[in-house]
Amino acid sequence: MSGRIFLFGDNVDTDQLAPGQYMRGGVEALAAHCLEGLRPEFAASVQPGDIIVAGRNFGVGSSREQAAEALKHLGIRAVVASSFAGIFYRNAINLGLPVFVCEDISALKDGSHVELDLEAGRLTLTDSAVTIALEPLPDNLKVLLADGGLIPHLKKRFAREPSQ
Amino acid sequence: MKTTLAQKIISRAAGREQVTPGEVVTVSVDLAMIHDSGGPRRVEPILRELGVGLFDAQKVVLISDHFVPGDTEEGAQILALTRDWAKKRQVAFYDAQGICHVVLPERGHLQSGMLVVGGDSHSTTGGAFGAYIFGIGATEMAGVLATGEIWLTVPGTILIEWRNRLCEGVTAKDIMLALCGRLGMDGGRYQAVEYTGEAIAALSMQERMTLSNMAAELGAQAGLIAPDETTASYISKAGGDAGNWQELKTDADAPLEAHHVFDAAELEPQAAAPHSPANAAPVREAAGVPVDVAYIGACTGAKYEDLKYAASILEGRSVRPSVELLVAPASRLDQERAELEGIMAVFEAAGAKILPNACGICAGYGTHRLGEDVTCISSTARNFKGRMGAPSSNVWLASPYTTAASAITGEITDPREFLSDNRSAS
Repeated sequence: MSGRIFLFGDNVDTDQLAPGQYMRGGVEALAAHCLEGLRPEFAASVQPGDIIVAGRNFGVGSSREQAAEALKHLGIRAVVASSFAGIFYRNAINLGLPVFVCEDISALKDGSHVELDLEAGRLTLTDSAVTIALEPLPDNLKVLLADGGLIPHLKKRFAREPSQ
Repeated sequence: MKTTLAQKIISRAAGREQVTPGEVVTVSVDLAMIHDSGGPRRVEPILRELGVGLFDAQKVVLISDHFVPGDTEEGAQILALTRDWAKKRQVAFYDAQGICHVVLPERGHLQSGMLVVGGDSHSTTGGAFGAYIFGIGATEMAGVLATGEIWLTVPGTILIEWRNRLCEGVTAKDIMLALCGRLGMDGGRYQAVEYTGEAIAALSMQERMTLSNMAAELGAQAGLIAPDETTASYISKAGGDAGNWQELKTDADAPLEAHHVFDAAELEPQAAAPHSPANAAPVREAAGVPVDVAYIGACTGAKYEDLKYAASILEGRSVRPSVELLVAPASRLDQERAELEGIMAVFEAAGAKILPNACGICAGYGTHRLGEDVTCISSTARNFKGRMGAPSSNVWLASPYTTAASAITGEITDPREFLSDNRSAS
């Protein structure tokens, strides 16, 4: 599955991803304003399968998981960043949104088409066939993500341990 | 083995003899704090989907603060749902009593050595009591409420030592802005930050809370301060159990991730320019920037001590007519104490408008937000673009002293000018 890259800089914060004034509503309202402070056209132009590529400390700020939920709702397939803010990273995995660390993102340009191999943790630029390795997830998070996030993961666990 | 405070708390909560930084462990949670935004409205549907109840209602504290005072229809509905849930689930509930990070310790729920999760990024605040407390999102919180457990990667410790004492007019907030400027918003690397040194030992609990609160702005998972007599005394007065706090400290020679040393005596009041706490510099470098709004609010900057600092500048002075000074005391108990001591009267005499004990404009969840092109100086923790209002608004972060001084002059002002006037007048 191929998608386009939406490129962002360092320190993309949760107030950009899930603006406070829409937090009282549901995910549809939030998603419509996701990242509008940085790229006003983002929510309207993003297509299912597109990928966010960003610099350092993506998702800095609040613990509001709507920051990851809004991206998922818009069809963003994964976020690839030089580094992530800790709480956002956990939230994304818990909601089943793949997040990958890739220290050097310089080869990834805005608007480029890429193939993402989630299993292998690899991006391939469609035009040049250049491949970029993404840092593998820790084992415990691989399991969480493979299950589709924390809720399906817990459902599986509770089914195994009926005493819960 | 020499270990850090973080390792000691985590190994106990993991039921392990010892833990090593970098390993993933599952820990039992001693306390879970949730608020109206990430709390009942988001966790209840998940608990229902999982078909489970709370792991232990005695270990859950619910505090409404983000949508208080319910000035929108949806906000009022969220607050109503929150109240109903508290009744149904039989948990400790503080309704519109102030901001969760301040209410949790002041009502005696926090104890040194606890492993705690909070449904808010500034949950790090409780680290000032020597508890390992960190913020998580609502789905993860639902998982904790269902199981009583959470995983974490055992953190390394970044020891931040402040030698000597802070000068008059320089506060914990100035320390944190300086650290954000120096280390950056990811300088904490999602590890444990631990504050130590003579300057930290000399601080009150509420000032220490400001340090731990803004560990979030350093990108740390937790912001710890080893408990001492000051901590034990606060916890006992709040009705909590101070416990065996003496053992809760980082051993000398414990392996550290990093050790930074600063001189508190050299620190000046700081201000962080829009739109990042990391844009910090001495206030004098921003002196003269005109401000329209001065906001003394939030868990970071409107606790009792913060109010006292601001009032010491405002006493006998008036807010410049072109400036709107807004004061939102962080908790009802802090406001009551400030009322008893005449601090609230100082704000009113100076021309301030008093707002509810809630997250208010800092969270920006209600109708009260900064307008287009407004410049605000704020005692809060975050000045991300558009957070407190219109994307064209500009928020400068500073201490309560600096915020109050700037409200008087109408421009960003080093508060020490007023403090020296106070001295010569007395």
